[in-house]
Amino acid sequence: MGFEQFVFYVFAGLLLFAGAMVITVRNPVHAAMFLVMTFFTSAGLWLMLEAEFLAITLVLVYVGAVMVLFLFVVMMLDINLVPLREGFMRYLPVGILVALAMIIMMGLVVGPEFGAHPVPERHGPDYNNTAELGSILYTVYVYPFELAAVILVVAIIAAISLTLRRRPLVKHQDPDAQIAIRKQDRLRIVKMDSEKK
Amino acid sequence: MPFAIPNYNVAIPEMFVLGMACLVLIVDLFLTERSRTVTYLLSQATMVGAAVLTLTTYSQEVVLAFSGTFVRDAMGDVLKAFIYLSAFIVFLYAKPYLQARKLFKGEFYVLGLFGVLGMMVLVSAHSLLTVYLGLELLALSLYAMVALQRDSIFASESAMKYFILGALASGMLLYGMSMLYGATGSLDLGEISREVATTKMELVMVFGLVFIVVGLAFKLGAVPFHMWMPDVYQGAPTAVTLYIASAPKIAAFAMVIRLLNDGLYGLHMHWQDMLVILAILSMAVGNIFAIAQFNLKRMLAYSTIAHMGYLLLGILTGSGDGYAAAMFYTLSYALMSLGGFGMIILLSRAGFEADRLDDFKGLNERSPWYAFMMLILMFSMAGVPPFLGFWAKVSVLRELIHVDMTWLAIVAVVFSIIGAFYYLRIVKLMYFDKAEDNSEIKQDLDLHVALSANSLGILVLGIMPGPLMALCASAIGVM
Repeated sequence: MGFEQFVFYVFAGLLLFAGAMVITVRNPVHAAMFLVMTFFTSAGLWLMLEAEFLAITLVLVYVGAVMVLFLFVVMMLDINLVPLREGFMRYLPVGILVALAMIIMMGLVVGPEFGAHPVPERHGPDYNNTAELGSILYTVYVYPFELAAVILVVAIIAAISLTLRRRPLVKHQDPDAQIAIRKQDRLRIVKMDSEKK
Repeated sequence: MPFAIPNYNVAIPEMFVLGMACLVLIVDLFLTERSRTVTYLLSQATMVGAAVLTLTTYSQEVVLAFSGTFVRDAMGDVLKAFIYLSAFIVFLYAKPYLQARKLFKGEFYVLGLFGVLGMMVLVSAHSLLTVYLGLELLALSLYAMVALQRDSIFASESAMKYFILGALASGMLLYGMSMLYGATGSLDLGEISREVATTKMELVMVFGLVFIVVGLAFKLGAVPFHMWMPDVYQGAPTAVTLYIASAPKIAAFAMVIRLLNDGLYGLHMHWQDMLVILAILSMAVGNIFAIAQFNLKRMLAYSTIAHMGYLLLGILTGSGDGYAAAMFYTLSYALMSLGGFGMIILLSRAGFEADRLDDFKGLNERSPWYAFMMLILMFSMAGVPPFLGFWAKVSVLRELIHVDMTWLAIVAVVFSIIGAFYYLRIVKLMYFDKAEDNSEIKQDLDLHVALSANSLGILVLGIMPGPLMALCASAIGVM
């Protein structure tokens, strides 16, 4: 067993372990953390498949952004998970059926050709997966790529215009106005005769 | 890998609209409430500029660009020109309506411009990828525009419905596209049409075709995938309804032609039958349900459903002349729809929507001129000669008879006669009923001029339909 295979089995084993933990631990924060671990280990596997760009994107996007948001939601909503776990036995037969159907379908798709494909050729150390992706994305697919960017801009505009709202009734501090205040704005000196005893 | 620098020249109108949309977005940030008109003027300038750029480079030849994902042809150019015109009229009509409801914000125009860009992409799409991206760009802008009036429960509800059903439709479309990709191994429509001709995987393709037709029917609003239309039309602010009801239908027509003709003409036998069912159901449900409506926006939504049925009649013939007739129908429909919703905006004012049928009672006493304009619009929608809508229906029916589908033409005529009832009911309300509300119609001069020009245009084009028909025929003829 070469070193590469050893690394693969370490990552694959950790991935399966973390994946199983995600659905079995009781604490949702722990489950989220194990999900982060599955992302990391699968990113490791992708690295071994020479897909560095996808591996790094997986870590940046899923671990860095999606899971953090997910943790926020879990922590803020205070979901009571006990009712969610009820009826596990009731749904088990259906779940097993679905799982079996998926396994059979995977078998049908992969089965006859399993091992029939030649092992893909290894690229040399000068091969750059990210550059390859970039060179096709910015040449052949430049038009769809730019369109996708425009769609994201529209999504941002839509999200902001639908959520940004000025509420006149909410009390808030305005430091700018506080600093710019002058004495005569607030202080009124009233001249009056002194009181007689 | 060899790579040629794409021919950017053909996409200059698209780039111009994108650049201007971003410019409007930024300029609008620095404007005060009072100088918001600058946003409006810039948007209108964008439409005029795009029209100039498209029309000065108009040519009859077909040019592919960007690795075959973009096509520039005469049909695309003509449709784009009408999209600019529709958007220009929409922006113009919408201004007083938005101002009166504190909706006169930059977002309406920015999203409107991005929607126009989405339509342009859709019209020029030559790959499943660009069809989908253009569609999403358009749809996303529309969802946000419907939800723009956030304090209105109706607008929020209809935006939600529109979003969910639209996402479902996109999913259907994508599923169909993935089937096609699986069967042909290509996203390029030209490649797909070559594959279809020689395929042995017809079953997979027809399976994909079903989902594509479902997705298209959702976007067009053809029965039985029409459920979103009445709610969205009624719930959205009238200015947005105006937008949804006009230009996107032109783009939807282009999408149907690109997918079904440019890509899947080899399966014409199969999609013809599907479209026959959709068309008959649309004409039936649209025309019959419209009779029961008391809300004019809702009634016009059902009338749109019926019009989409007639539009499909032209497409299902599968002949160049049939497409030309359908294109003529789409353009006429867009003009009539603009006029119809424009009338609602004209009669509305702050706090009063004028979208009930009763609001048109006795319009003749209040303003004989606008009663006449509305009469033109309603007669044209009903298909009464000599208005534009009549010629649109005639040309579609003639093409049906040319391909020996006379029975379908007869069905269409029967439903058109049923449909005439509810259009004529408005004419009756305007001329023979007493007005409930005698307030004077106060609107800006530009709205008066544009709306009158719109209605009279329908009359003039109805008397002389030749040039527009010839334009459609020449645009389709070189495909």
